[in-house]
Amino acid sequence: MREFGYLRPTGVAEAVELLAADPGARYLAGGTNLVDLMKLGVERPRLLVDLGRLPLRDIGPTGDGGLRIGALARNADLAADPRVRASYPVLSQALLAGASGQLRNVATTAGNLLQRTRCPYFQDTAKPCNKRLPGTGCPAREGVHRDLAVLGASEHCVATHPSDLAVALAVLDATVELLGPDGARTLPVTDLHRLPGDRPDLEHRLLPGELITAVTLPPPAPGARSAYRKARDRASYAFALASVAAVLVVRGSRVERVGIAFGGLAAKPWRARTAEAMLLGASADEASFRAAAEAELAAARPLRDNGHKVPLARNLAVRVLSDLALESVR
Amino acid sequence: MTDHVRLEGRAKVTGAARYADDRRPPGAVHACPVPATVARGEVTAVDPGPADRSVLAVLTHLDAPRLADAGDPTLAVLQSARVAHRGQIVALVVAETPEAARHAAAQVRVEYAEEPHDVTLVEDHPGVYAPEEANGGHPADRVRGDFGAAYAAAELRIDATYRIGPLHNHPMEPHASTAEWQGDRLTVHDSSQGGHGVRKTLATLFGLPEDQVLVVNEHVGGGFGSKGTARPNVVLAAMAARVVGRPVRLALPRAQLPALVGHRAPTVQRVRLAAGRDGRIEALAHEILTRSSTLKEFVEQAAVPARVMYRSAVSLTTHRVVRQDVPTPSWMRAPGEAPGMFALESAMDELASACGLDPVELRLRNEPEVEPDSGKPFSSRSLTACLREGARRFGWAGRDPRPGVRREGRLLVGTGVAASTYPVLIAPSSAEVRAEPDGGYLVRVNAADIGTGARTVLALVAAEVLAVPSDRVRIEVGRTDLPYGSVAGGSSGTSSWGWAVHEAATRLRGRLAGGAPVPARGLSERADTRELVGRGTEFARHAFGAQFAEVQVDTDSGEVRLRRLLGVFAAGRILNVRTARSQLVGGMVMGASMALLEESTMDPGFGDHTERDLASYHVAVSADVPDVQAYWVEEEDTHVSPLGSKGIGEIGIVGTAAAVANAVHHATGLRVRELPVVSRRLGEALA
Repeated sequence: MREFGYLRPTGVAEAVELLAADPGARYLAGGTNLVDLMKLGVERPRLLVDLGRLPLRDIGPTGDGGLRIGALARNADLAADPRVRASYPVLSQALLAGASGQLRNVATTAGNLLQRTRCPYFQDTAKPCNKRLPGTGCPAREGVHRDLAVLGASEHCVATHPSDLAVALAVLDATVELLGPDGARTLPVTDLHRLPGDRPDLEHRLLPGELITAVTLPPPAPGARSAYRKARDRASYAFALASVAAVLVVRGSRVERVGIAFGGLAAKPWRARTAEAMLLGASADEASFRAAAEAELAAARPLRDNGHKVPLARNLAVRVLSDLALESVR
Repeated sequence: MTDHVRLEGRAKVTGAARYADDRRPPGAVHACPVPATVARGEVTAVDPGPADRSVLAVLTHLDAPRLADAGDPTLAVLQSARVAHRGQIVALVVAETPEAARHAAAQVRVEYAEEPHDVTLVEDHPGVYAPEEANGGHPADRVRGDFGAAYAAAELRIDATYRIGPLHNHPMEPHASTAEWQGDRLTVHDSSQGGHGVRKTLATLFGLPEDQVLVVNEHVGGGFGSKGTARPNVVLAAMAARVVGRPVRLALPRAQLPALVGHRAPTVQRVRLAAGRDGRIEALAHEILTRSSTLKEFVEQAAVPARVMYRSAVSLTTHRVVRQDVPTPSWMRAPGEAPGMFALESAMDELASACGLDPVELRLRNEPEVEPDSGKPFSSRSLTACLREGARRFGWAGRDPRPGVRREGRLLVGTGVAASTYPVLIAPSSAEVRAEPDGGYLVRVNAADIGTGARTVLALVAAEVLAVPSDRVRIEVGRTDLPYGSVAGGSSGTSSWGWAVHEAATRLRGRLAGGAPVPARGLSERADTRELVGRGTEFARHAFGAQFAEVQVDTDSGEVRLRRLLGVFAAGRILNVRTARSQLVGGMVMGASMALLEESTMDPGFGDHTERDLASYHVAVSADVPDVQAYWVEEEDTHVSPLGSKGIGEIGIVGTAAAVANAVHHATGLRVRELPVVSRRLGEALA
């Protein structure tokens, strides 16, 4: 059988060292995605560096009133955290919309951010896939793609990022803390993932050996309301057809601050900068929200069978923003 | 009516129950199949990959044991270089551990002479033909009167085409087998709905007398028809065990099930109804296009229920099929009835709208006196009682028929109804009932309890005949060294095995009537119902039911959610309340799943079903079925069997999909004629 090494370091620096020393090594956190992919033969690590013993599970306040989430915080724990529920409802809602109770009990914050696409061609090693084997092609473009990307895709790849959590973190302006062989640095969550371009195998901007140690959230803006809305065909345990995370501050009847991110539409959480720019200072009403969503989604390039995602995402955005605006004036 | 807990319930929830892949004979090794990666062609070379000490064998068509013809080409595994569909097995790896077998299987390199394939079902396919008969032995075509003339002359006409894609059985327990040879005797533990059928097939394939094959299936984790016959897993396990001289375990990975264990074939169904303004049907046509593989003809008999349901002077029901380079379809819970009644009952809803009639009333008006196509009287038919009782329980009265007008905030709400039917099938079986000297009784019959509660019900049948408390009755099922039991399929198990148990228990009761003491070795009676069942009947025998559904549709997203599902059934005498309700509710849940969730796509380029895991092939979970209720009307049908009962395994699914889709129409005004009714089929229209 395919043998692999397995190590359980107790220190963060040790984990980084182990991974940096072996290009065939992979970090193992909750294992809800990596182990599946190993069984499918998509991932073939030579060494697993199990992070389970690292002290990265805490969720605690930051000096400026934000929240610092350890990379290994479990999705279930994070969703239930009273501070998250009170100040960042969008995050709690996104977590609870993802996976199943069993999976949330073991899946981790950083693992969730770095999970791989559920594109059926990526998961089937008997088929070509540019993401899995660069240069082999993308059969999804002509094949079964009704759940795949409409934004930011390329001729080389139309995969989507499956995470709900990532969409919420993107709209919250979260930062990931990284530790690598060359030291520590931070990266905005919105810069963590890459669009496919001609290298769909490169999915994120981590350097070799780099480990996400924490995710930090800035303090919530005064008066901010936030929500996550996910559309899916099954009432539980299904990836998003499209999802929206939004944060809104309304002053008077005007939009003072706004953040919008889409899930299920692209290879990364899609921060809707065009829509946000249009809405700043605009009237906080359904017509503005619709115009902004449509402007953002004008960039969509649907394939044969996934055009339904565009009006769906627009409707979800209009609904979430309208509901938040209504809440704000109450 | 009794309300008895499942006899094996404790064993199941404590993990004591042993399934086919739980067997660990000493020295057991593991097999993993290698699926074809082309849709059509020939294997030209097989490279087993790097040598690995834990790999015991890599079998291919060149060196696998030769098998005799058992009449099922899907079981002729590794017998030729031909590849009939993607996912067909082209090699088998046997290794010391499951992990080693899986890894080695992934290392096997197969080369093919690939040929162009044909996997897309289109209505004008040049290969479409009329089969001799459809599944179940039904004639492919039935014609009464001149449909064209009657249709043209009618006041109201409905002409609609409905589509259902392939559907997959996906039982919780995958298809698994553990096989062991002792000389020329073969023992298999097989996840099967019918051990005797598997025994006969294995005996034929391996050229053995049947009594040298023992098939054990004590616990089976569901099947829905896919385990109704021997599948490739048991043949491969037996083959591998013979080659390596050790017991072999083989559990098919879930991703391989869609290609290897059968599935519900896709159907394109045109229904035409001609009626007067009063809703009375004058002519009915139901025409099916379906497909099968090049290996084997299987014709989903979806037009057959239209021959049973409604009065019409003129009728045309036909089946057409095309053979393509796809996996072979087979039985899936209520083959024919489940897809056929989706179309027919949707069309009835369209007719009700067209003539401004309540859909319950429309069905009552079209109730036939005799079975329309055969002219036979019904042994019993309580459809009208089901419709009325269902309407009462559901709260149907006062329903506003207008579509798309009930809003609750951003939601649209609607209700729908559909009728259901399923034939009464009974097969010959044998059973033994023994009185023990300690006052206990033992029932022995090779029934397959696939989660239906069969052993519980059969013990109750014996207890009732013997007039003893049920806790004095033990039962043995699931072994071919027990008296012959027919397959657990076609909702026939309880009637078939139960009749034999009833007969044997009745004879034993006669022997015990004098009050003589039971001898030390016990006293037993056997029965074989071949004669009794074979006598035939002058009656049309079917179970009936009515399903009512309430749905909500989100106007922003098009997401459809089921709120309530209520079914009332007439299925003869209900023998055990608890397991019966569970079966009916289970069928309805599966029907709701078919209506709203289950979707499989044939990839045109690769020729395989794309959704091959339970993350992408959506089956209903608890959150999708918040409120499902099953009831029944009193009915005891002695024209069927001495038990007075009809089958209940399948009728729950029939009609449910149409009730749900009809409710979506009532909610939104949109008629979705293709399953599943997912948001993308509604979304833009609602935006």
